[in-house]
Formats: sequence, C-alpha cells, structure tokens
Amino acid sequence: MIERIEDVIIETLCRFLVPFMQLFALYVVAHGHYSPGGGFQGGCIMGASFILICVAYDIEEAKRRMTENLNTIFCSVGVILFAGTGLVSIALGGNYLDYSFLHKIIPVDPVSVRSHGILIIEIGVGFTVMAVMISIFLNVASKGKHEDELKQDGIHY
Amino acid sequence: MKLIGMMMVIIVGGLLIVASEDMPDWGDPGSPASIHVSPRYIEKSEAETSVPNMVTAVLADYRGYDTLGETAVIFTAGVCCVLLLRRYRK
Repeated sequence: MIERIEDVIIETLCRFLVPFMQLFALYVVAHGHYSPGGGFQGGCIMGASFILICVAYDIEEAKRRMTENLNTIFCSVGVILFAGTGLVSIALGGNYLDYSFLHKIIPVDPVSVRSHGILIIEIGVGFTVMAVMISIFLNVASKGKHEDELKQDGIHY
Repeated sequence: MKLIGMMMVIIVGGLLIVASEDMPDWGDPGSPASIHVSPRYIEKSEAETSVPNMVTAVLADYRGYDTLGETAVIFTAGVCCVLLLRRYRK
C-alpha cells in the first residue's frame, strides 16, 4: 500500500521529470527505425512515467491522469491496431502482416511503405505495453480495491 | 524421495553438460544460425524494408507474427492480473 507522504523535493522533481520521460518514450517509439528502441521499450518508459507519479504522489493522482477506463481502452487498441494492420493487408490482397500491400492506401512506394507499417505496429505494441504496465502496477499496489473500500479500511492512499 | 530427486537433477544436468559440447562456438560464422537466414537479413533488410535498423526490420517485419504473439501475451497478462486482483462491486 502506497501512503501519501507530502515531500516537496520528490514531488517537484517528479513533476519536472515526468514530461521529459514521456517525450523520451515517444522518441524511442518513433525513432525505433534508426536507433535501438521500439514499441516495447517506449511503452515501458511511458508506463514507468505513470508509475513514477504513483510513487511520488499517490494512486489517486495517477488515476486522475490516466483513468482506468482509458487505460483499458489503450490496452485493447494496441492489439487491435497490430492485428488490424495484418487484416488490412489481407483485405488489400496480400498475406497476413505483409505491409507492402498497404501502398494501395498509403501513397508511397511498396518498399518504404513497409517501414510505415512497422511504425504502425510499433505504436500498437507501445500502447499495449504502456497500458499493461500501468494496470498491473495499479492493481497490485491497491490490492484491486476501489477508493471507497480503501477508505473504509482506514487506509489513506 | 529427496535422494531420487537429487539423482534426477544430477543425471539430467550431466546430460545437458555433455550435450552442450556439441553446441557451435560462440559467434561461430559456420554455425547453422549464421549461415541460414542471417546473411539474407544483413544483406537485404534495408533494401526490402527501407529500415536501417536491422533489429527492427527482423522484429516487426520478417518476424511480425512472432511480435503479434508477444503483444498478445502481454495483453493476456494484463487482463489476467485485472481478473485475479480487481474486486467487483456487488
């Protein structure tokens, strides 16, 4: 159980750190074609930024910024984006996950459209990894209880 | 019972150690992993996918189906965590 302890240094530091972490996460996902990185790593950094909010503030603060419903939607959208890209390439006449057929809807040549297809699925992977990281942390840290149940137990969090 | 378990561990471990003698050397260019598909990835991945990072090309393009499975595994882990831990209101 994470209890709220007001600490100016930690809270201020995290308030400055979190936006840079999220920007770096987006960079890692978007720059995965040219440098080490990709959906898994970027999603992990993005999830870690929300976990840092949980640790520095409390779970309620993190839930205000990333509500559970939105998190669940992100979790599913990632997998749907990945699997959907495969299905779109079937619909356009190729094999499953054969991105070169996406050039019929993305106006670039069949070779460089593969890198765009890779970017789409990396974003999908990033969404899922981020949402699962946050959801596992929130559920383990709050023992899966709702806010009012925790308050009934006399636990301030 | 403990003795039988210990014997089994020693025998299986010994077999694994003996079998590891047949493994190719570390970074051996003649090993099957290095001569089967790796040359194609190294030579053609940028021409075929226009991605300079070979790891990304293999992960998301040549082995895209594998990555889809990994994502599904992570998704399943998250859903199972919610199902096991989350309390539902009556």
